[in-house]
Amino acid sequence: MKLNNLGYLLKEGFRGIFLHGFMSFAAVCVTVACLVIVGSFSALAYNLDEMVQELNQTSEILVYIDADLSDAEARSIGTKINLLDNVLQATFVSREEALQDFVADHDGDSAFSGVQASDLRHRYVVTLEDNTKMKETDALLKQLPGVAKTNAAYELAEGFTTIQNVLHMVSAAVIVVLLIVSLLIISNTVKLAMYDRKDEIAIMKMVGATNGFIRLPFVVEGFTLGMMGAILAFGLEWVGYDALIQKIAAVDALQLFNFVPFQELLIPMVIVFAAAGMFVGIVGSWTSIRKFMNV
Amino acid sequence: MIEFNNVVKSYEQGNKALNGVSMQIEDGEFCFLIGPSGSGKSTIIKLITGELKPTSGTVHVNGYSLERIRKREIPYLRRTVGVVFQDYRLIDKMTVYENVAFAMRVVGAREKEIKDRVPYVLELVGLESKMNRHPHEMSGGEQQRLAIARALVNNPSTIIADEPTGNLDPERSFEIMALLQEINNLGTTMLVVTHDQNLVELFNKRVISINEGLVVSDGTEEEQTDEAE
Repeated sequence: MKLNNLGYLLKEGFRGIFLHGFMSFAAVCVTVACLVIVGSFSALAYNLDEMVQELNQTSEILVYIDADLSDAEARSIGTKINLLDNVLQATFVSREEALQDFVADHDGDSAFSGVQASDLRHRYVVTLEDNTKMKETDALLKQLPGVAKTNAAYELAEGFTTIQNVLHMVSAAVIVVLLIVSLLIISNTVKLAMYDRKDEIAIMKMVGATNGFIRLPFVVEGFTLGMMGAILAFGLEWVGYDALIQKIAAVDALQLFNFVPFQELLIPMVIVFAAAGMFVGIVGSWTSIRKFMNV
Repeated sequence: MIEFNNVVKSYEQGNKALNGVSMQIEDGEFCFLIGPSGSGKSTIIKLITGELKPTSGTVHVNGYSLERIRKREIPYLRRTVGVVFQDYRLIDKMTVYENVAFAMRVVGAREKEIKDRVPYVLELVGLESKMNRHPHEMSGGEQQRLAIARALVNNPSTIIADEPTGNLDPERSFEIMALLQEINNLGTTMLVVTHDQNLVELFNKRVISINEGLVVSDGTEEEQTDEAE
């Protein structure tokens, strides 16, 4: 293909978009809707990953020591804890330190003013190497002599992991389905454009135009529709995401949900949206062209 | 040059369109192809333009062997063969100039070449004053001239005219045939497929007569008459 025809081919591609304005509009809208949903699922999955990771990093097991043990006996248990599999570190917290923390946490609350150090137990704060094995490590800790009780939030961690896995699967399914929907819509738009120009295509074939020359305007049309959808979807995603996390932050006084700012998602989102837009545009138009080429 | 050697063409449904056609049309020749409906004329045109491949036998057109031509070579074969149809097949939304320029543009011609060549070809077919008209604003004869201009514009070595006078009155038919002869005089090989016996007699050119997929006679009207006598 000669370079001097490129302008003509691009012009023809853009002309096709406006020739079937309504179908082009519908194709862009469907692509936007599909990509916004795909983007939202991806952003949600990413945030959940971050939250689970953060939870795993901060999660720890509190090991309460039998109240009957002396200070020295309580401190000696630390060695046994540190020898257990999967234990990264066991930090001793004495009754007195625990009281200081308690007072600090309930500062000014008269209901707890009578609490004494002797009411509390010595304890260990145990951090783990692998938080997915929290349940097994917790069971080992409970078996240690001198351990009265443990407090591990593994149900919460497991719950998050389950949600994370389900969301990953749902996201993958939604992404595949919506990409196929976008692909079909763009394919039909280009088919309509081709049907409208089938006489021109027949003449082009008759006078000796190459298949590449005939295809290119339609690929340009599909590509442009896909990219228009991707750019609009990206803008909407950005605005919508920022608005949503601001709303959540406003009502989430306990800061249970810590969403990453959109800037952190910017580059992967640009890449995914551009790739998806290009993919649905080019593949959608290419597949619709094939049957018209057998003239 | 167009050369058919013992060409058989069977369609998928099993019916045979050609039963062993052999013929040769030299460069620069003017030749009529005649025969009743269903005799195999359209199949011959489709074989020449690479729309079909022969079932057996060999077809050579302007240096291309059609029985083993690759798909990507077909556009280049078609650039050597201009086709004119009975129903013109013009693009109504384009002007006369654009219809002809379109044929050049889609084979990759430069704008300057288009600007130089299109007016020349339109002048050759007598449409230089109607460049800005649309096909529906023109008579049948003018539309056929435009179709001839489009077939001619890429300077093919061969033109195939499929029933070029089928929709025209005798006077316009004669004008179109005269134009085709003029183009032939400039060196383009001309194959005219027609039913119009009067035209064939009037122009006294080589006539290949085909019936039931076979060449039944080949020669000028005079030669065939002499042979019959």
